[in-house]
Amino acid sequence: MTNYITFSAIQNDLKSGKITCKSLVEHHLSRIESKKNLNVFLSVYADEALAKAEKIDEKIKNNTQGRLAGMIIGLKDVICYENHPLQASSRILDGFVSQFSATIVERLLAEDAIIIGRQNCDEFAMGSTNENSAFGNVLNDADNSRVPGGSSGASAVAIQADLCQISIGSDTGGSVRQPASFCGVVGLKPTYSRLSRYGLAAYASSFDCIGVIGKSVEDIALIMEIVAGKDDFDSTVSSKDVPKYTQNLTFDNNKKIKIAYIKETIENDALQPEIKTAINQKIAFLREQGHTVEAVDFPLLSVILPTYYILTTAEASSNLSRYDGVKYGFRSKNAENLEQMYKKTRSEGFGKTVKERIMLGTFVLSASYYDAYYTKAQKVRRLIQEKTEEIFKEYNFILSPNAPTTAPKFGSFSEDPIQMYLADIFSVQANVVGMPAISIPCGKDNENMPIGLQIMADFFEEEKLMSFSDYLIKNS
Amino acid sequence: MIINKETLKNIAHLARLDFEEKEADKMILNMNKILTWMEQLNEVNTDNVMPLIHISREINVLREDVVKPSLSHEKGLLNAPKKDSNYFRVPKVIE
Repeated sequence: MTNYITFSAIQNDLKSGKITCKSLVEHHLSRIESKKNLNVFLSVYADEALAKAEKIDEKIKNNTQGRLAGMIIGLKDVICYENHPLQASSRILDGFVSQFSATIVERLLAEDAIIIGRQNCDEFAMGSTNENSAFGNVLNDADNSRVPGGSSGASAVAIQADLCQISIGSDTGGSVRQPASFCGVVGLKPTYSRLSRYGLAAYASSFDCIGVIGKSVEDIALIMEIVAGKDDFDSTVSSKDVPKYTQNLTFDNNKKIKIAYIKETIENDALQPEIKTAINQKIAFLREQGHTVEAVDFPLLSVILPTYYILTTAEASSNLSRYDGVKYGFRSKNAENLEQMYKKTRSEGFGKTVKERIMLGTFVLSASYYDAYYTKAQKVRRLIQEKTEEIFKEYNFILSPNAPTTAPKFGSFSEDPIQMYLADIFSVQANVVGMPAISIPCGKDNENMPIGLQIMADFFEEEKLMSFSDYLIKNS
Repeated sequence: MIINKETLKNIAHLARLDFEEKEADKMILNMNKILTWMEQLNEVNTDNVMPLIHISREINVLREDVVKPSLSHEKGLLNAPKKDSNYFRVPKVIE
């Protein structure tokens, strides 16, 4: 079967009878089986997906199918799907079965999408390489000795290796975009509050966004159109109307736009040379087309990452206090009293990185240090947001690399946590300020590893962001 | 050195975590490294800046107080590691 780059091509072939939903599911199940070594799926819902496909094929015959008939979707292991396992790739949720579905999942199912399985990730979405999973490493399909990125590493590989058409991931500091760039696929983090977080296992609630990974911008636009918007179960969701993203995907190249890049993100010696070249080529192309591309200063650049880590560890320490061995998941068998039960359950159940972040968060929230770290970081966060908004008063988009390098080899960051943090240096700004950003493929390096280009836009400008991205992918 | 053995013990207790000696030494090392790196923020002048607390710009999202079904008792207990017919069970607390 063809590797369909767009879902519209799948729908055409479904309509003409060239394929059926069932044959599509069978094809992806055999792909998943043949790519088992990549360690992408933690659960595969084979029988269920096949049964559902037969039903949808009936609907197609009667012309009563939903808009996502034939769409095969994988869910990162942080998104609840009723009566299916969920573990956030952590031992502490051993045996947990979701008792409800995330709002996003409900909306996908209502349009006849098929959920094919649950995807590996970094434990509680904390990590940049997918090496922090209780279920082992996920391999990059372009080179199996390299990481897929993280934390939605497996979700990106699933698209790269054509194991499903769309992956639903989560992006707290780049977790959808950075793996998308390492795997040569498209990954969108929407504006904070554009999508409901109901049914997303929380990491850092004021940063967490559900994001979409796909092969094409048009597929992502379709998913966004269906899942975005108000939700009774998440009062932080924006009440703004959701645009018809799929109908406005054409970028008007005659209307000249202004694009900024933060000088230090590209004119930087630490940036892998091929990435610099690839991005400079895009900039040259845009200038040839008559658009303005200019370097801007952003003096707060170096404090974005520490601000992010202070606030996310604080929020994580609070969010993860619910895993106590009482209500669900793993409970240590080695405890004799209640306090020991909490401590042993958490110490045995959580992995190294998660414990480190809980400890840091507990520290920055502790009485004597609260103002010096936590409040200070909230103030700097406001400054970063204001300065970023100032750029968007004058420019339509900000271009940057997605990461300082292409996908590194396994074990590259195992000794120094700050080295791993630095992998997020270009992606966290969008989460710190709450704006949308996308990663699109931008060529390959000398070892044939994919390079990603990040484009960030102002609040709720997903429509323009997607049409511009689609244009760049197709024309440059 | 912001974190020493004593502060690590206190923070670990607050977070309900336990560390063995070797693990504790590594944690102290990493936390000090990270906290020192975080201190870069002190170079930013934040006089008269209000902390940014909410990222969503929705204000006072209210709805009618309608009674709707929520997670049932049975479903709520389903994932419990130890339970009886009505309650989660934990080690004895009262002597």
